[in-house]
Amino acid sequence: MVIQILIIFFIIFVLARIIRQFKMGEITNRELFIWFVFWAVVAMAVMVPKKTDDIARLLGVARGADMLVYLSILGLFFIVFKMIVKLERIDKNITKIIRKISLDEKEKNE
Amino acid sequence: MKVTAVVPAYNEAKTISQVVDGIKQVVDQVVVVDDGSKDDTGSLAKIAGATVFTHFLNRGQGAALQTGLEAAVRDQADIVVTFDADGQHDPGDIKAVIEPIIRDQADIVLGSRFLSDNNQIPISKTVILKIAAGITRFYTGLAVTDAHNGFRAFSKKAAQLINIEQDGMAHASEIIEQIKKHQLIIKEIPVTIQYTEYSQQKGQRITNSFKIIWDLILGRVK
Repeated sequence: MVIQILIIFFIIFVLARIIRQFKMGEITNRELFIWFVFWAVVAMAVMVPKKTDDIARLLGVARGADMLVYLSILGLFFIVFKMIVKLERIDKNITKIIRKISLDEKEKNE
Repeated sequence: MKVTAVVPAYNEAKTISQVVDGIKQVVDQVVVVDDGSKDDTGSLAKIAGATVFTHFLNRGQGAALQTGLEAAVRDQADIVVTFDADGQHDPGDIKAVIEPIIRDQADIVLGSRFLSDNNQIPISKTVILKIAAGITRFYTGLAVTDAHNGFRAFSKKAAQLINIEQDGMAHASEIIEQIKKHQLIIKEIPVTIQYTEYSQQKGQRITNSFKIIWDLILGRVK
């Protein structure tokens, strides 16, 4: 099917990017490994979708495709949550920096 | 006893000179925290005689207040009064607001517009502030009448203990929370509020309440 080919090409593209980032030292060994496993699993699910049905049935979901959607939504929610918390922390840290600069500057002028 | 007034200000060039002028008559030092204003708020405050601290980026009223509290404590203030920059508070009330701290009857004094008979509070404001007070009460168990009033006085001890982490408007509820946490003695004093067209424009809008509630929820997720 066309969609399978498209997704496989997309995965190859993403993996190429990940390898490049790894070579530039922007991601660690561990991150490289995790992303590789993740995209390998996605590639397998795309190439043999029937197989995902078996796993889905084990979890009590009728179709593999449905299971993937459920898992994706859960994963996305988790990532969004982590990002909100992280943003909040960055926001607080920016305030601390701005505060320190304003207090220090005044001290210098005195 | 050194009394320091802390005035967080963001784009208040229209009113800041007059406000600083009014307060400096009754306190020993006026600290203005210019919270990244795009107008001349900072320089005007300086000319009017305030000690000015500058946030070079706008961080919100809560952030500016905390900077002011830290600056005041560092400058050996015995009492810190926080005051709005938009001219809605009356410098004449400062004496009454710091009185309970001088007499050692309270660690923290909250100005309340609802305890005063002189205030013409718009209905929409009353409703929203009462709901806010209700939420704060539910949240902290402290029945304060006007948590979202920027007119407060802190003893040195309270100014040191309270650490505002809510950069935005949710700091008002956070202060009440921390009063509860540190078991500070609280007192409410009636203050007058001038509802000018200007302060109304600059004031909180109802839609902002949702942002405050959201910030409070986020504050818990850490």
